[in-house]
Amino acid sequence: MDWVWTHAGAIWALVLEHIGLCVPPIVLGFVISIPIGWWASRNAAVRSVLLTVGNILYTIPGLALVVLIPVILGVPLLNPVNIVVALTIYALAIMVRSAADAFASVPEGVQQSATAQGFSGAQRFLTVELPLAGPVLLAGIRVVSVSTISLATVGSLVGISSLGDLFTDGFQRNFLLEAVVGFVLVLVLAAVFDVLLSTAGRLLMPWTRGARLSSRAARTVAMPLAPAVRR
Amino acid sequence: MLFLQAIQWILTPANWQTVNFGPGIGGELVAHLWLTFLSTLVAAVIAVPIGLAIGHTGRGRGGAILIGNVVRAFPTLGLLSILLLVLGLGLPPVVLVFVLLGIPPLLAGAYAGVESVDKQAIDGARAVGMSEWQVLTKVEVPLALPLLLGGLRSAVLQIIATVTLVSNYGSDSLGQFIISGAATKDYVQMTAGAILVTVLALLADAVLASAQRITTPRGVLRGAGSRTTARGRRPLTAPSGAPISEGS
Repeated sequence: MDWVWTHAGAIWALVLEHIGLCVPPIVLGFVISIPIGWWASRNAAVRSVLLTVGNILYTIPGLALVVLIPVILGVPLLNPVNIVVALTIYALAIMVRSAADAFASVPEGVQQSATAQGFSGAQRFLTVELPLAGPVLLAGIRVVSVSTISLATVGSLVGISSLGDLFTDGFQRNFLLEAVVGFVLVLVLAAVFDVLLSTAGRLLMPWTRGARLSSRAARTVAMPLAPAVRR
Repeated sequence: MLFLQAIQWILTPANWQTVNFGPGIGGELVAHLWLTFLSTLVAAVIAVPIGLAIGHTGRGRGGAILIGNVVRAFPTLGLLSILLLVLGLGLPPVVLVFVLLGIPPLLAGAYAGVESVDKQAIDGARAVGMSEWQVLTKVEVPLALPLLLGGLRSAVLQIIATVTLVSNYGSDSLGQFIISGAATKDYVQMTAGAILVTVLALLADAVLASAQRITTPRGVLRGAGSRTTARGRRPLTAPSGAPISEGS
């Protein structure tokens, strides 16, 4: 364990680098998916096109995408932007589907009564649809956060620094502790992000706190969100 | 430009024979496919029976979901490093990692498939005197097949993507061109490797997607038309409109 203390500074630097790679894709994935998902929830043709494209992008292996993005964008291979773009693409592939489901889950009747009460389109979207879609959006972004944090490590294979460096370096030096430390830190980071997101969700959507049903509903929605089962 | 050079590199017949004194595209492709096939087979043999049992009995579902969520959080690169450091290099440890990654989607596909079967169909099967085994093999499995294959599709893609990483640990796979290309700054080779891996994944996805379509029973497809319109609103109607199901 001495190794951990003597290298605490370097390890902490990797944690910060890892966070720096992961936060932009999670935020971008969330923000971009909301208008796209809303559009997809209104239009079945758009929905099927977007979900198909998302599925195809999600199919591209991470290492390949990290290598192909600089070729397409024309930026140097070692630019962290490559990882951020790759992770944002994966985040969108998951999140657009979940946002489309989230907005589709807002009851038709509620939307009609909002319109009947004189809400304008934008008002209705911000004060009625978005809050009611919230729990499903939260479930989606939690899946995105976990998978982004774990995927970011792949960049180490082409030289983009993250906690993944501890895996490759640990293996090359035949030093198990280093790899285990990296593994545990990735899991801890994923757990911390998850707690932050669900806390933010509870603060922003206080009405879901007492209602056990809605949290359960959000969880059951999170299941099909997982790319585990493809239809 | 790099992209075109990479395509040219792939179309150069000599590169299919040997690259950098190692196996060429042909050899790495065979190694990639062999690792994928072997690992998927082992994962399926373990996960599908368990998943079917969970779906049929309804027991152990929480555990399966938990396993799926935990494994999804695992960084695959870290899993490879740790298990190969502990178990040593060679085929068995490498396959073990891929099996671990393949099990959750296969498990989820199997139990979600069985759970998706209309409870009335199962009650009907029991009512005409089928044994539990017959209910499983003649009703639940055929109707679960599309989702089960969906799980297989996810597992195969997950494994193909991870097999790419194994070249960093001295095993052969199409990832070899990416790893050694990055190490020697041979960006043409590296890009070519990424293209090859992507094409392989997309082809595998397309093949398994059509398998999914073919195995969907025609009756299910016809019924699905009315169901897809209610998509997204289903959770709302389910509590009040779900058919009464007995004994399942």
